[in-house]
Amino acid sequence: MQEGRIVKISGPLVVAENMTDVRMYDVVRVGEGRLLGEVIEMRGNRASIQVYEETSGVSPGEPVVSTGQPLSVELGPGLMRSIYDGIQRPLSGLMELSGEFIGRGLEVPGLDREKKWEFKPAVEVGDTVISGDVLGTVQETILVEHRVMVPPGIPGATVRSIKAGEYTVTETVAVLDVEGESREVTMLQRWPVRVGRPIKERLAPEDPLVTGQRVIDTFFPIAKGGTACIPGPFGSGKTVVQHQLSKWADAEIIVFIGCGERGNEMTDVLLEFPELKDPRSGEPLMERTILVANTSNMPVAAREASIYTGLTLAEYYRDMGYQVALMADSTSRWAEALREISGRLEEMPGEEGYPAYLGSRAAEFYERAGRVICAGSQGREGTLSIVGAVSPPGGDLSEPVTQATLRVVKVFWGLDDRLAARKHFPAINWLTSYSLYTDTLDAFFRTNAGEDFPELRQEAMSLLQTESELQEIVRLVGLDALSARQRMILETSKSLREDFLYQSAFHDIDTYCSMEKQYKVLKIILTFHHSALRWLDEGTSIDKILELPVRDEIARARLAPEDQLGKLAQLAEQVTGEFPA
Amino acid sequence: MLKEYRTISEVAGPLMMVDKVDAVQYDELVEVELPGGEVRRGKVLEAHTGRALVQLFEGTAGIDMRRTKVRFLGKVIELGVSEDMLGRIFDGFGTPIDGGPRILAETRLDINGNPINPFARAYPSEFIQTGISAIDCMNPLVRGQKLPIFSGSGLPHSQMAAQIARQAKVRGTTEPFAVVFAAMGITFEEANYFITDFRRTGAIERAVLFMNLSNDPVIERIATPRMALTTAEYLAYEKGMHVLVILTDMTNYCEALREVSAARKEVPGRRGYPGYMYTDLATIYERAGRVQGKPGSITQIPILTMPEDDKTHPIPDLTGYITEGQVILGRELHKKGIYPAINVSLSLSRLKDKGIGPDKTREDHADVLNQLSDAYDRGKEARELAVVLGEAALTPADRLFFKFADEFELQFVRQGENVERSIEETLDIGWRLMKIIPRNELKRVSDEHVEKYLNRQDAPAAD
Repeated sequence: MQEGRIVKISGPLVVAENMTDVRMYDVVRVGEGRLLGEVIEMRGNRASIQVYEETSGVSPGEPVVSTGQPLSVELGPGLMRSIYDGIQRPLSGLMELSGEFIGRGLEVPGLDREKKWEFKPAVEVGDTVISGDVLGTVQETILVEHRVMVPPGIPGATVRSIKAGEYTVTETVAVLDVEGESREVTMLQRWPVRVGRPIKERLAPEDPLVTGQRVIDTFFPIAKGGTACIPGPFGSGKTVVQHQLSKWADAEIIVFIGCGERGNEMTDVLLEFPELKDPRSGEPLMERTILVANTSNMPVAAREASIYTGLTLAEYYRDMGYQVALMADSTSRWAEALREISGRLEEMPGEEGYPAYLGSRAAEFYERAGRVICAGSQGREGTLSIVGAVSPPGGDLSEPVTQATLRVVKVFWGLDDRLAARKHFPAINWLTSYSLYTDTLDAFFRTNAGEDFPELRQEAMSLLQTESELQEIVRLVGLDALSARQRMILETSKSLREDFLYQSAFHDIDTYCSMEKQYKVLKIILTFHHSALRWLDEGTSIDKILELPVRDEIARARLAPEDQLGKLAQLAEQVTGEFPA
Repeated sequence: MLKEYRTISEVAGPLMMVDKVDAVQYDELVEVELPGGEVRRGKVLEAHTGRALVQLFEGTAGIDMRRTKVRFLGKVIELGVSEDMLGRIFDGFGTPIDGGPRILAETRLDINGNPINPFARAYPSEFIQTGISAIDCMNPLVRGQKLPIFSGSGLPHSQMAAQIARQAKVRGTTEPFAVVFAAMGITFEEANYFITDFRRTGAIERAVLFMNLSNDPVIERIATPRMALTTAEYLAYEKGMHVLVILTDMTNYCEALREVSAARKEVPGRRGYPGYMYTDLATIYERAGRVQGKPGSITQIPILTMPEDDKTHPIPDLTGYITEGQVILGRELHKKGIYPAINVSLSLSRLKDKGIGPDKTREDHADVLNQLSDAYDRGKEARELAVVLGEAALTPADRLFFKFADEFELQFVRQGENVERSIEETLDIGWRLMKIIPRNELKRVSDEHVEKYLNRQDAPAAD
C-alpha cells in the first residue's frame, strides 16, 4: 500500500497527497504519532482526513498510512460492562497505557484478547446454517447470554466442526463449509460502524418500552423499536431523564452514549450503574449496559464517530434477539462535530453553519432503530429503540438540529425550563409533547394496565388542556370569576401535575412506577374528580371537598411501595359514593 | 540554531502567512522579530507544505513583509511551572509582571493539557463552605465542580468572586489550598480590586494571578485561561493542593475567539461565534475535577457577563451546557440593595445531591433547600399576582408566602461582603424564616426535622 504525505493540518482536519489507493471512509494512521483518522473526502490524489486525536505537533510531510479498513467495531463477548471512548477503545485500557490523562496514538483493542469464554454450541456438525444463525452461546454476564452468530455474507454453509470449550475471542470456535471452502469462525467479528447491520425484515412496533416514568408511559409512551427525542435547554433535566430511562426501561440491553457531555456526568454513571440494581432481575444494571463516553473535551472527530460506534454495538445485540435501548446524550454535540468538520472542509453551509446534509444524517441515524426479524433462518425478533437528547441553543426549538430530529422521530418529550424552574420534574411539558405511538400501544395498555386506561389518559390530558385555558382567565380576572366546577378542574389538574406527573428521580420508591401503579394512581385522582363534581351538584361546597383528608392520601399515592398497591385500591373505594360526613 | 524566515506573504488582522517554510508543526509556537528588535509570539493555525498560517498574540501592527524575521520554535506553547508561582503575578502569557524574579521551572507543561480519562475521575462530593448562604444552602459547591457566575455588566460579581476566594473552605480539613486567578480583558480597576483584596487579606500568599487586561493583546486572551489551568493542574495533581480557579471574564475570552475566527474567514455559527466554541469552552471547563488516587482537586468559578442579561446568548448558553450548574445574579435584587444579588430560583448546582447531608453538612440540609426554594417560588408568584390584582386579592396563605419571599431576600440572601456564615447558621436562618409560614404548608420538611430545628427557632425579627 502506498504511503501518503501530509500537506496541510488545520485542527482535526488533515489533508494528505499521494492517496490514490485509499477508499472513502477508510481508517488511516496519521503522522509519526500514528494518530487515528478517517478519510472523509477525496479529490484527485488528495484525501481529507478527520483525525480522532489532537493534532498539535504534526508537520506537513509526515506519512499517512491506510489500514485498508473502514472504521469498524469489534463485536463479541466482553462488550457488556465495558466503557469505551468514541472509537471503541476501552477507557480502562487507555488508563493503563497513559494514566489519568488520555494520551495520543494509543492502540487498545475493543475486546480483551486474553480472557477465555465458556462456549456452548447451539448447532451440530452437519447442520446447515446461514448468516445470522446462532452457532453457540456464551454467558457474557449474569444477565446476558451472548449469542455467537454466523457472520454476515454467508448465504449458506454446513457446519464442519464445532466444539464446546473455553476460547478466547480470536480462537476458532467453529469451522463452516461454505461452497466447498472451509471458513473458520471466531467469536470476534468486525463490522463497519457507518453501515447498518443486515436484517431479514422490518416490522412495525407493537409493545411499549415501559420506562417506569409516569409522564412518559402514561402520556407519551415510546414503543420498543421506536424513536424519541428529548430537547431541552440546559438545566431542564435532559440528562436525568436519560439516566432514568437507562436505569428503569424494560430493555434487556442498554447502550448509553455520552456524546460531548460532562466528564463528571459520565463518572456519575460509572459509579452509579454498578451499584444500582435492575428492578426485574435484582442484578447490577451494569451487567446489561455498555457505555460509550466521549466527553466534551475529548477530540471532536471521535465525538462524531461515537454515535455510530454505540449504534453498531446496539444493533449487534438486537441481532441476537434482544430488546435493546440506545440513549444518546446529546445528539446536538454530534451535529456540532459535523459542523466543525464541514466548516474545515470549506463546504457550503446550511442554516446556522450546519452542513446541508444534517437532516439526512439525522434521518439515517434514527432509521437504524426498529423492530425486526433478525437475519438468519431462526426468525428471532429483536428491537432497537433510540432516545436522543437534543440541546437546543437557548432552548429555541426552531434551531436546525431539533428540527432535523423532529422530522424523523415519533415521540417528542419537550422539556420546559419554566417547569424546571418551578422544580417540576421530569420537566416534560404535557401540552407540547406528543407520541405518535399511543394508538398502536393502546391495545397493550388495555390488557396490561387497565381496560379504561386510554380513556383515563385522554381525560387527564383534556383536564390539563382546560387548566391552561382557565389559568388565562384567572390571570386576567382572578379566581373568583370561576365557577365551582371550574375550580374543581383546576384542583384536579393541580393534583395531576403534582401527584402524578411529578416524579422524583431521587426518591427510593418514586423513582420507578410500574404500569399497574400508574394506572391506579391516575384512576384514583380521576375517580375523586368525578365524585367531587357529583358532590358539587348535590350541593356540597367546594371548600368542604378541598378540606377532605383523603386528598392528602391521594397526594401520597405515588409514594406507595410497589408491593402494597392493594392500599391504593382501598383508597379508590373511599372516594366513590357519598360525600364522607 | 533555528531557521529564520523573511518570507511573510500576507498579513491580515492577527494572522499572517509565512511562505517557503519547511516542516512546521501544527499548533507550534512562533517568534516574530520586528525590524526594531521587538519580539512577538504567535502560533501555527494551519500548517501546509511550505506554508504556515500564523496567529500573532500581540497583533500585527508594525510587521513588514521584507525585514520581519519569523522563527518556528519546534514546540507547542508551554508554561514552566513551579511551586514558587504562589504569591506571584503574571501577564496573560505567563511572564512575571510584579517585578519579582523569573520562575525557575520545575517542569514545562503543554498549556493545552490532555483530557482527563472519565474512567479516572473521582466524583466530586466534598462540600465547600463559601460562607454565602444563597450558595451554601441553595446551590452548594463541591470540590472538583465547575460552577460559573452568570452576571451582567454593573453587577457585583467581582466582589462575590473575591469573597468566595477569601472564605471558601472544606470544613474539618487543613489540606493545602490555593487560588489561581485568570483575568481576561477586564479593566485595570477590576484587576486592581482583586489584587488589593488578595493582598489585604493575605490570600495572595496562596494565589497565582494571570492578568490579561482589556488593553493587553486580545489574542493572548486565548492562552490566558490555559496558562491558569496548567498551573492549577500542576498544583493540584503534582503538589496535592485543592485549587480554586477563578476565570473572569469568559465573555471577553469568547469575543477574542470570535475575532480570530472572523480573521480566518471561518463559517460562523450563532451570532458570529465560531461553530467550535462549545468544544473550545469544554477544553477549558472540563479541566475542573478530581482524579482518583490524587489528593488535589480543581474547582472552577468562571465569571461571565451576559450581554443584555440574556442567558440564551451563545456564551452563557454554551457555558451552561458544559458546567455543573450556574449561579445567576439578578439586576432586580441588586437594585433592591441586596448583596449578593443571587437569583436563587434560576441558579442551580448539579452536584448538590452528592455534597450535602448528615456527614457533609447537616441532616436537614436537603429538606431546608427544597422547602425554602418552594416557598420562595410560591411567594414570588404571589408577589406577581399582587402586582396585577392588588394585595387584597391574595388568599391569607399567599399573603404569608409573599411576606416570606420578601424576608427571604432580606435576611437569607442578603449578607455583607465581609459576612461569613457557617452552614449551620445559614440553615438556622432558613428555619427561622419558615416560621412565617403555617406548619401545614411546610410540605417539604419531615416532621422529625421540624421537631428538632423549627421549634427551637424564635420567630424572625421584622427586618
